[in-house]
Amino acid sequence: MSEKIVLNYDVDSDDFTRAGEASSKVKRKLKLMGVDPDVVRRVAISLYEGEINMVIHADGGTIQVIIFPDKIEMTLRDRGPGIEDIELAMRAGYTTAPDNIRSLGFGAGMGLPNMKRYADDLKIESKVGIGTTVKMRVDIP
Amino acid sequence: MTIKDIRQALGARIICGDHLIDREVHSACGSDMLSDVLAFVKDKAVLLTGLCNLQVIRTAEMMDIVCIVFVRGKMPDEAMIELAIEKEITLLSTGHRMFSACGILYESGLRGGASYRE
Ligand SMILES: Nc1ncnc2c1ncn2[C@@H]1O[C@H](COP(=O)(O)OP(=O)(O)O)[C@@H](O)[C@H]1O
Ligand SMILES: [Mg+2]
Repeated sequence: MSEKIVLNYDVDSDDFTRAGEASSKVKRKLKLMGVDPDVVRRVAISLYEGEINMVIHADGGTIQVIIFPDKIEMTLRDRGPGIEDIELAMRAGYTTAPDNIRSLGFGAGMGLPNMKRYADDLKIESKVGIGTTVKMRVDIP
Repeated sequence: MTIKDIRQALGARIICGDHLIDREVHSACGSDMLSDVLAFVKDKAVLLTGLCNLQVIRTAEMMDIVCIVFVRGKMPDEAMIELAIEKEITLLSTGHRMFSACGILYESGLRGGASYRE
């Protein structure tokens, strides 16, 4: 594989139970390409946490995944409320998720810390009232 | 330990994936917070949970978890079962509560895994 592969997805926020379909498709694709299972899992988990965040906190958005021979880049864009204090949001346990989301098993305030844990690089750009862009990179050893 | 052993130890009912019950399970995780589950990576793991919605199956899919045990007799719905079959995840349901179910499996020799990169 010498050329890059670009994958684009729309993430809909109407139905929380359907969240994760984009991450599932990316995982399947990487697996079929024979990418190292540990890399596949790290991409799947970090992307899934990001996708869930777009649905819970930002009314959905778009995901772009670019597969290079030596790395996988993920970009998640939304036009949600934005994050006022990114450092605070990154803190383990910090959450603004409502109770109904917590009762479904999300909203532990561990999503962003998990994304940082699994990705080799995580960058968040956010403007209040405009939206949030999350960029992650996972290297292929 | 195999999924079959877990089923037996917990007196659990197999909901789907009965053709996969001879698969090995090496570690376990019990939680009702999915990001907690996602922080933990171990090969060939079983997830015990009191949650019962589609995101539980999605989480297991992302983690390559081979078996989910629903505690307190929780029963997954059609959509959950369909996704589990597609992803080759065995679903079990036990009447035990979380604490007891985890205790029984621990006593049978199953252990928890560590957090990833910590
Ligand atoms: N895409 C986003 N748009 C707006 N706010 C966000 C977004 N992602 C995360 N946040 C904010 O950061 C907080 C922490 O996120 P996270 O660590 O994933 O925990 P959780 O999703 O469980 O609340 C969220 O509660 C929310 O306030
Ligand atoms: Mg989150």
